[in-house]
Amino acid sequence: MSAADWQITGFSLQMALASLLLVVPAGLALAWWLARFHWRGKALVETFVTLPLVLPPVVTGLLLLQLFGRRGPVGSWLHTTFGFEVVFTWRAVALALAVMSLPLFVRTVRTAFEEVDVKYEQLARTLGAGEWRVFFTITLPLARRGVLAGMLLAFARALGEFGATIMVAGNIPGRTTTLPVAIYQAVENGDDAHAWTLAGVAILIAFLAVFLSGTGPGRLK
Amino acid sequence: MLSASFRKQFSGGPEIVVADLRIGPGITVLFGASGSGKTTILRCLAGLERPDTGEIQFGDEVWFRSAENYFRPPQQRKIGYVPQQYALFPHLTVAENIGYGLNGLATAERQARVAEALEWLGLAEMAVRRPLTLSGGEQQRVALARAVVRQPHLLLLDEPFSVLDTVVRLRLRGELAILLARLKTPVILVTHDRWEAAALGQEMVVLERGKILQRGSVTEVFNLPANPEVARLVGTATVLAGTVTERAEGFATVVVNGIPLTASADKLPVGAVAAHVCIRAEDVLLAPAGDAPSSARNRLTAVVRALTGEGPLVCLELDCGFPLKALLTRQAQAELNLHPGDRVTAMLKASQIHVI
Repeated sequence: MSAADWQITGFSLQMALASLLLVVPAGLALAWWLARFHWRGKALVETFVTLPLVLPPVVTGLLLLQLFGRRGPVGSWLHTTFGFEVVFTWRAVALALAVMSLPLFVRTVRTAFEEVDVKYEQLARTLGAGEWRVFFTITLPLARRGVLAGMLLAFARALGEFGATIMVAGNIPGRTTTLPVAIYQAVENGDDAHAWTLAGVAILIAFLAVFLSGTGPGRLK
Repeated sequence: MLSASFRKQFSGGPEIVVADLRIGPGITVLFGASGSGKTTILRCLAGLERPDTGEIQFGDEVWFRSAENYFRPPQQRKIGYVPQQYALFPHLTVAENIGYGLNGLATAERQARVAEALEWLGLAEMAVRRPLTLSGGEQQRVALARAVVRQPHLLLLDEPFSVLDTVVRLRLRGELAILLARLKTPVILVTHDRWEAAALGQEMVVLERGKILQRGSVTEVFNLPANPEVARLVGTATVLAGTVTERAEGFATVVVNGIPLTASADKLPVGAVAAHVCIRAEDVLLAPAGDAPSSARNRLTAVVRALTGEGPLVCLELDCGFPLKALLTRQAQAELNLHPGDRVTAMLKASQIHVI
């Protein structure tokens, strides 16, 4: 492991965790909203959330590039309002990972919320609890296994993301290169030994994530 | 105290019509068969369902008023609610379950109240256990403690014994009666079991297919059912159509299948001709044929058609010109030694023949 390999590993982990910070609050709210309410246009929202799961990742990346580029609608607004760039920076990496892992998180957590019997939530309300308290003391703890599983899936997806990342963040050594991109680069360069070192790191991280989260196949239910 | 008039219909279900329901202090039983709408009414009162139209008011607080599109959510109604399966929070301990509704209080005050409730219901040793490790009866007490520890203004109990087996049910019915008597809170209790209604209730509302059939004190409803449906629901064994032929000095003669019966006429509407005669099985006295050691006004010669055991009692189907059901203790049956086909004298006091 060279210093550059350590940098790539650390950067990949940081970005996967950063994307989780974006995915968890947004995903919890979205999953709860989808699980507990029926409203007009719900199917449309569901489709949009699922889209990154079925679209070729490079297409998602291309769309993000358009939206967040300097002349894109969101990108230009961010640039004039906050003065920062998104595309081809670490922010683009975190964004791409978040968009790609959100569907997995929302689908898993939504199912978990749907499995929480509403009778517990209703009873909490009769005991004076408002909606926030019901969510944080009843719904979320009762769905904790599903939420944990969703976080693991999202983290794993983020760690393995390739197509969207390379479109929107490129491959800038030391700045936007993630593990999968580095592995691809190493193979391209004919440096198989290097590719295998990085692949070993990826396998180790995946193993530890499953083991430590306590969400191995037998323990999920 | 509580007054409610509302309508609620689920697609495919009967329309539930609550007309001018008034509930005061003490224990009121909402009584009816399954599907009569009693649970829905309770959930509307709790704020867990929103009626389609109407009004619910508790004291000077409006809980629901469709005209103003106003709905007070359950968390603002200060009620205690115990659902059929108790819905104890499985991820919290017994003490945490009981203290859930006390989060507005200071920690010390909360702990004191939880400890008091645990003590009161004999749950002290179970404070740190999870609900799923408790027996049905213990779960019921935890659910009750969780509801009453907040000192609600109204306590709502939905079939509190439905998940318990018969032996436990009988013991706990007595316990619950004592606990409820100690509370000052008005209680609304939903049940389909008439024994439960009689044992626990003071006031009673009889429901069928979403409509209120009768309301009144429990004694009144059981002894003076307003119509044949109520009579059947509260377990009046014999309900027969008859004709009023004569009335004098507070008594009326009602002819059923050609047999004249003397009934007290104090509740019988003036001028009524077609009527229903209600006779509770436990009010029928039996004596060997020809023997009549009672002052009862009605003495009927009857033939025993069938005998069936009903717990500690024996239920007899008699034919005395019309079908009549009677209950005997096992000991009385042993003395009379009745068999199908035997003749027997059935005696009925005029006051125990209820004409509606």
